[in-house]
Amino acid sequence: MHIVVLVKQVPDWDIPPSSFKVDEAAKKVVPPQGVAPVTSQFDAIAAEAAMRIKDADATTKVTIMSMGAATARDVIKQGLAMGADEGVLLTDAAFDDLDSYGAATVLSTAVKKLGDVDLVLTGRQAVDWDSGVTPTLIAGMLGAPVITFGKRVAVAGGTVTVERVLPDSLETVEASLPAVVSVSNELGEPRYPKLPQIMAAGKKQVTTWAAGDLGLDAGTLGQKLTLEALYVPVVDTKVEIMAGDTPEEQAMALAKRLQDAKLI
Amino acid sequence: MANGVLILAELMDGKIAAVTQELVGAAQRLGAGPVSAMLLGSGVEGAASGVTGVEKTYVVDDAALAEYTTDGFTNAAAAVVALADPAIILLGQTNAGRDLGPALSFKLGTAVAMDTTSLEMKDGKLHTTRPAYGGNARAVNGFTSTPAIATVRPKSQDAAEGGSAGVVEKVAFDASGIRTKVVARNVAASEGVRLEDADTVVTGGRGLGGPEGFADIEALAKELGGAVGASRAVADLGWRPVGEQVGLTGKVVSPTLYIAVAVSGASQHMAGCSGSKNIVAINKDPDANIFKASRFGIVGDYKTVLPAFLAAVKKVRAEG
Ligand SMILES: Cc1cc2nc3c(=O)[nH]c(=O)nc-3n(C[C@H](O)[C@H](O)[C@H](O)COP(=O)(O)OP(=O)(O)OC[C@H]3O[C@@H](n4cnc5c(N)ncnc54)[C@H](O)[C@@H]3O)c2cc1C
Ligand SMILES: Nc1ncnc2c1ncn2[C@@H]1O[C@H](COP(=O)(O)O)[C@@H](O)[C@H]1O
Repeated sequence: MHIVVLVKQVPDWDIPPSSFKVDEAAKKVVPPQGVAPVTSQFDAIAAEAAMRIKDADATTKVTIMSMGAATARDVIKQGLAMGADEGVLLTDAAFDDLDSYGAATVLSTAVKKLGDVDLVLTGRQAVDWDSGVTPTLIAGMLGAPVITFGKRVAVAGGTVTVERVLPDSLETVEASLPAVVSVSNELGEPRYPKLPQIMAAGKKQVTTWAAGDLGLDAGTLGQKLTLEALYVPVVDTKVEIMAGDTPEEQAMALAKRLQDAKLI
Repeated sequence: MANGVLILAELMDGKIAAVTQELVGAAQRLGAGPVSAMLLGSGVEGAASGVTGVEKTYVVDDAALAEYTTDGFTNAAAAVVALADPAIILLGQTNAGRDLGPALSFKLGTAVAMDTTSLEMKDGKLHTTRPAYGGNARAVNGFTSTPAIATVRPKSQDAAEGGSAGVVEKVAFDASGIRTKVVARNVAASEGVRLEDADTVVTGGRGLGGPEGFADIEALAKELGGAVGASRAVADLGWRPVGEQVGLTGKVVSPTLYIAVAVSGASQHMAGCSGSKNIVAINKDPDANIFKASRFGIVGDYKTVLPAFLAAVKKVRAEG
């Protein structure tokens, strides 16, 4: 059993909205000073899903794969510290600013190059563009079925069984391997590596592939979805804070305001 | 030559879902040619006349579509697309749309823009605007491939009203390519007003400190005839069911009154409630982000403010 977990490095999302800045001319986010980029939240959870499968069957091999800048090695190392076996870093100027189709082309080509992959685990959506498109495109490119929004992923006898979280129902879906599964936060928190594991991760192998290693070039990765503009929306609401010396006075002031506005 | 807009119609409790008429409205306003709909499922043909304001409703009614599966719905939709040859396809950002949008994108070899909140035609081409970076940014996208596919956030568009039902055209599809199997489905029991439809929503956040904190939230929602919502932090902690989660990866609500108690107002939470007509916040932190989007607020501890507010609401309502 060989599982590939796709992890993306993204700007830290846990910053005050006021420090979120965009360079409108470059159509790019300006990372806040001194805040390091992180593993996309759901991707760390995908790594957790892989580790749980490995916990149940120690013969499972887990490869962490990321496409991005050279710094994406850091997010691969985190997956290795969680207990994964190997890493693959896909980095090349031709991979910058790809749309989902381009990203899926690079990632699926690399998965094919590994050759013996049974299961690809991803996050439900990357915590930058919030799209949730890449896993399904990768599945299409691999000719494999996809199951999205998993909260439990189990494999047995060549079948993957996934509990899908939907807002008002829980669905159990099966598919034959190889398959692609995206996971959601309901799966649970990713495990926290201890120091010896972090040390050990430093010794694990990370293979780096550029476009040429995958037989790709900028020409084969054209954009189907173009980015025309990126901006920060203006919110112009002005809040009226209720005055009052006691909670009762504040509460009564609010109730009256809501009644005047015919809201209650 | 590809022309017109094809929308995905969906059912809710056997009737055409509200989001469907929102998609029709958005499609009509684009002025990009005739608007048609596709309705996919099993035993759905009778509901097709519920889609109004469209020229045609394509129906794929097949037992193989009784449960949503990615392959089943993608292949059925592709069969309709082959006949309709639309320039633009719109789906709701719903359970089905979230999954089908990307799959249809692959099947048709064209791009999809997910979770869009506004759409317009520029030089004869679709441009979409969508929140990105957890709602902190807006991205405007264009398409170099056809048909252009977009999923549209529920409640972001005015629904089409009036108009008549389209001509129903039945379409067959090949059900042999379904590679996943739904082996079980547990539907969460729901009581009271449905969160998405409620005119008043009272949401509790992590600051409530535990599930017990929701007793007052429930009492207030009951008093106002509204529904209870939760932040993701609360759902993740297991204090409330996932079905109550409001936000980017939860439900989108746009009630007349949204009361957020001990919710910080993270952008990903606001993604699910910023369409509310009036937001009211109760939070002990005067700098909490939630106040930036609120019309009225109380800075204070919910433990004292909430019971007092419930009493005050009862009093002013009794006095009329
Ligand atoms: C990709 C992604 C998707 C996400 N999707 C969602 C989503 O769909 N929905 C969602 O909600 N979140 C979502 N989140 C999480 C979001 O970023 C926040 O972490 C979450 O909304 C915080 O929940 P909270 O406001 O309840 O908790 P906290 O951020 O912990 O805020 C608690 C608030 O309670 C206040 N408080 C504490 N004690 C009291 C008291 N006694 N009285 C009054 N006030 C008090 C505090 O001042 C604080 O403002 C997502 C995050 C990511 C990265
Ligand atoms: N550059 C990337 N490197 C590795 N994985 C990625 C990359 N882009 C997307 N993914 C995976 O695809 C998932 C969905 O991404 P998206 O479709 O961009 O929202 C992410 O959660 C990742 O698991």
